[in-house]
Amino acid sequence: MHCAVLVFPGSNCDVDLYKAVLHLKGATVEYVWHKGTDLDRFDVILIPGGFTYGDYLRPGALAAVSPVIATVKKAAESGKLILGICNGFQILIEAGLLPGALLPNQNLQFICDVVPVKVAQSDSPFTSSYQLGDVLRLPIAHSSGNYYCDEVTLKKLEVNGQIAFCFPAENNPNGSIAGITGLLNEQRNVLGMMPHPERAVKQWLGTSDGLGLFKSMIKHHIA
Amino acid sequence: MLKGVITVMLQPNVLDVQGQAVEGALKHLGFESVEQVRIGRQIEMILPTEDHEAARLQLSEMGKKLLANPVIEDFQIDIKEA
Repeated sequence: MHCAVLVFPGSNCDVDLYKAVLHLKGATVEYVWHKGTDLDRFDVILIPGGFTYGDYLRPGALAAVSPVIATVKKAAESGKLILGICNGFQILIEAGLLPGALLPNQNLQFICDVVPVKVAQSDSPFTSSYQLGDVLRLPIAHSSGNYYCDEVTLKKLEVNGQIAFCFPAENNPNGSIAGITGLLNEQRNVLGMMPHPERAVKQWLGTSDGLGLFKSMIKHHIA
Repeated sequence: MLKGVITVMLQPNVLDVQGQAVEGALKHLGFESVEQVRIGRQIEMILPTEDHEAARLQLSEMGKKLLANPVIEDFQIDIKEA
């Protein structure tokens, strides 16, 4: 499984993501600068967290119109796996690859914490190593992770099984609708999530609960 | 030359936590009767044209493609002589 880690001006989780993949058996990884437009050689496209373009206008808005994202859209259509983490999730939403919007956290604060995250969909290329209902411990670090969509869209997401991860109702740190913090597209080959699985791949990092996500993608690639 | 001004506001049904926080501060300062404070963004630019209709069309495309997020925001266009 050959993975691209996209790098934009202001990406800052690119090295974490690169190293998380580098240490996996069965995966190789390369950085791709945001002006690149050739992603043919990759099986998986990873969009890291950070503050692309200083979060100017809206988080992810300027990165979403960069040359590489036009190619990512074509790759998504062709069924390639695309994973956006944190700012990467914001970019996927701004690019229209996932529905809804990410608003400032309800308490208006930047939240940096390790929190419980529930697996709400285990039937996807990203989550098949988990059991439905598993509660993972994953780091979050964001100021705009408050997922918003209208009622009609929410119903559709639930019916289609597009909600991959959510915060437990009693511990929703940012105010997201239905606690949503990980979202699949209808075809389930695009996933955006606010928690950082790449920072949770070794026990000495505090938690290795993010490893399942990478293992699921490798399993999907081999199958 | 014309000056284009786009004003972007959160849609009425979207909760504006920033607006709420500012409203609280205004009340604290003694402006107790203030209500429904909402915060938006204004973007100005010079357009090298005299054609108001063409300018409006262009600004509208900019609003839809980048300057506003149609899921949560509405925008309004004003055109002035530069």
